[in-house]
Amino acid sequence: MIAVKSKFQNLISLGIALIAGLSLALVFASMSKAQASDAANFELKQHCPPSFEKNAKGHCMLRTMYEFYNSVQNRGVGGTQTSLPDHRDGFTPAQIDLGRYLFFDPLLSKDGSLSCASCHQPDKGFSDDMDRSVGVTGEKVPRSAPTLWNVAFLDRFFWDGRADTLEEQAVGPLFDPKEMGNNPQQLLASLRGNDSYPSMFKQAFPETEQIEIEQVATALAAFQTSLISLNSRYDQYAHGFHDALSENEIKGMNIFRSFVARCAECHQPPLFTNNQIAVIGTPEPEGMPFDPGAEVPFNDKRMRGGFKVPTLRNIAKTAPYMHSGGMKSLREAAGFYTKGRGHAVPEGEELIIHWHIWEPNLTDEELDRIVDFLHALTDESLTPQIPSVLPSGLPAVDAKYAASLQNNKVLSGDKPMPSVSNNKKLGASSINNQQQEHTEEVSGDIYE
Amino acid sequence: MSKGKVILSAVLIAAAFAGGTYYGGKNSAPVITSSAGGASFTGGYDKSKDIQAQAGTTEVVDLKATGNVIVVNEGELIMDAVKAAQPGDTIQIMPGTYHETVYVDKESISLVGVIKEGERATLDGKGVLNDAILYSGNNFVVENLKITQYKGNGIMGQAGNNFVIRNNVIVDTGIYGIFPQLGKNGVVEHNVISGIEDAAIYVGMSDNIQVAYNDVFESVAGIEIENSRHAIVENNYVHNNTGGILAFITPGLPIKTTYDVIIRNNFVVDNNHENFAIPGSMVAMIPPGSGIVVWAGDDVIIEGNIITNNKTAGILISDHISFGNATGDPDSEPYPDRTMILDNLMMDNGYDTIDEVKALMLTEFKQGKPDIVKVGGGIDSCIINRHRYVTVGVDDWKECDFTNTDNIDTYLLDSPVPPRDIDPSERGKIAYLGICTGCHTYSGTMIGPPVQTIQALYMDNPEGLAEWIANPTKKRDDFPEMPPQNYLDEETRLAVAKYMLSAKN
Repeated sequence: MIAVKSKFQNLISLGIALIAGLSLALVFASMSKAQASDAANFELKQHCPPSFEKNAKGHCMLRTMYEFYNSVQNRGVGGTQTSLPDHRDGFTPAQIDLGRYLFFDPLLSKDGSLSCASCHQPDKGFSDDMDRSVGVTGEKVPRSAPTLWNVAFLDRFFWDGRADTLEEQAVGPLFDPKEMGNNPQQLLASLRGNDSYPSMFKQAFPETEQIEIEQVATALAAFQTSLISLNSRYDQYAHGFHDALSENEIKGMNIFRSFVARCAECHQPPLFTNNQIAVIGTPEPEGMPFDPGAEVPFNDKRMRGGFKVPTLRNIAKTAPYMHSGGMKSLREAAGFYTKGRGHAVPEGEELIIHWHIWEPNLTDEELDRIVDFLHALTDESLTPQIPSVLPSGLPAVDAKYAASLQNNKVLSGDKPMPSVSNNKKLGASSINNQQQEHTEEVSGDIYE
Repeated sequence: MSKGKVILSAVLIAAAFAGGTYYGGKNSAPVITSSAGGASFTGGYDKSKDIQAQAGTTEVVDLKATGNVIVVNEGELIMDAVKAAQPGDTIQIMPGTYHETVYVDKESISLVGVIKEGERATLDGKGVLNDAILYSGNNFVVENLKITQYKGNGIMGQAGNNFVIRNNVIVDTGIYGIFPQLGKNGVVEHNVISGIEDAAIYVGMSDNIQVAYNDVFESVAGIEIENSRHAIVENNYVHNNTGGILAFITPGLPIKTTYDVIIRNNFVVDNNHENFAIPGSMVAMIPPGSGIVVWAGDDVIIEGNIITNNKTAGILISDHISFGNATGDPDSEPYPDRTMILDNLMMDNGYDTIDEVKALMLTEFKQGKPDIVKVGGGIDSCIINRHRYVTVGVDDWKECDFTNTDNIDTYLLDSPVPPRDIDPSERGKIAYLGICTGCHTYSGTMIGPPVQTIQALYMDNPEGLAEWIANPTKKRDDFPEMPPQNYLDEETRLAVAKYMLSAKN
């Protein structure tokens, strides 16, 4: 703890240096380099992340309260007390922790400017606050960054569902020229040539001789399976504590699952997605061509304009909404569904709109209640720690993120303890993101 | 609607020509099979292999005898009784009118309407409320109610195993009358349902279902079994709907199959109602006058029904490609395999059929009013006594090697689906890992203090810890106050306290 404190103070003084007007990038580069060499040994964690149990083989297995329940055909869709679908777990603590470093390390991009976390930021629901994310070229990519919460339960990835595994997904953005812009040769060269990564990969993959892309993908997948959000106030309600939701939120839940609004027919509990492709006919932003979505990877006209049904867990954190971020607020997104079937389909497009899209004629009050309920799906208690130092010496997430963080720290000084929600009646954990804030000060393996 | 009527394509017409192995020649004598006695169906679902089916009681819902009765009188809220109810309780609703949405997210609750001299407890949505009854708990019973004027569904389940929906009258109510979804082991019987924009009874993504003795009429679909397995639809009176009884696989849903469906001993008559479905809904494609429709569902047995006066056809069997406006779903198998048609009384069907069926008949040089129409792919189907009916598309079907389903009394389980068996020590561990570790580590400091510190305080007092987590107080200035964990039941709280105090790392 003592060492930690001093590191924290270093950060503050660096922040002051920043105010003194030094070049951002330079400061971060030098700071990080210095710290990286200080902490030359990156020991990976030996303990599983919270909510995971280490089994006899040393693999981390997810444990949740939903194990108490069944579901039809074990598909993990249903109502309040329904088991979860099949999921990915069974990675080692070292693989998960290596994935964490890789995830936050801009070394993975073509020019060291972006990490996975640049578009999947922990404090923004593992998305960003952009309609469409900005890649390494500085230009916007065609679609918005989906949340990564609970991806362990999915078997389709990307908005158009073109990847079947997290591993397959992981290499997509890495090598997409518009996203992180890297290529396998350069990525392997920078990882193999790094002071720390070779030994870290050795810890995570003791069997293999040198770093390969496959291990990068495995580690990134391992880390992402630890992003579990199943302890929202809604979950407390589901497990039987009905005071966890306010009266308005319960009203909202009943509208949400009613057969008038029909939200829950696709955003099915407990994950609030059925992980299917649906054609709902949302509009593209001005000037953007119509996005054919799943029609392309599935080579099926009937799927034109189809996109994956996204989870609504932590949805309040991930505005703007829809595949190209055209809707600024949850209220606007909910309102889309009551404006009429196919109302935003461009002239000349023939889409097979999903049968649940109809004209429910929801009132303004009903839409407000749905939004109230969606806020009760927030749980970020298992937000992982952002590494304070990365093997590359680059600032975690990216330079821009580090700068904004630094600015905040300087402006607000040492943060006080996070305080619990003042809504005591709800009796529920509004501990969102506190782990992140609190544990920033803790270095090394907090589970040791 | 317009797209839905496109029942055929040129490809399929060509395919129909390829059939015709059964008759051999036009004038050979038909095979006459007596269905009195003979072999019974033995295939399909083997209940003894279902781990959730165990010998025991024969009740669908095993209600605890210890439950209390809570009486609701007119002027009171049914929901107040639901909130007060404990698992096992019965809520008796006295005659009168009630205007509310009743939602039951608890186990083992019975809602029982009291009928006095024909006066029922009536839930009236007055055209403004969404659904009348929503339930998600297991072992749910709802009976003897009258439900009217809701915008959504009359009775809707989202999960919930072991349910009984019985003796309800549901009129002029929204989209589905009775819609149990994602449940296992349930009965829908003795209900009267009419005036529904979609299916009067819609069993969705469920297993082990009995739909019997219902009177369903003047709805778009009478009874629909969709993406469900092991369902029996029997002894229902299904009349004046657009389509009578449907066995569907709807693509785009998370559960992809329908199989083991027995449709037997129903009256399926006069289902010629105009289709008034909501545009875009799956049933909007059904041509008025469809008695029984099998759309991609597998292992559907149709036996002993009286199927008369349905103007398009008595029985329609189709795949996703030839009929309807199916959404794209690579995981959904589009062909109806192993349709089995045993003896049915079929008369006066297909007297005003659609052009697409007429065209299909021409390909087989057939005339008259079609009783049975099969279009598109699908394998291993069979029929007996086919010479009795006007058919199209079934000439190449083989003879069934059984004549009845007498061996299958029900697909309901022998005893209710039990709750998942969790060892008490596992219970504590799961709650600890699933909840506590979000804030506490063994020796480190996260949001809350280390587990070691808690162990030192409560080492021999798990009861004290269990008590404290239900009603925590602020103890430490340097930590946020813990939220109460009283959503865990008492047993789980004690189990988790014991587990936490014994944790070694």
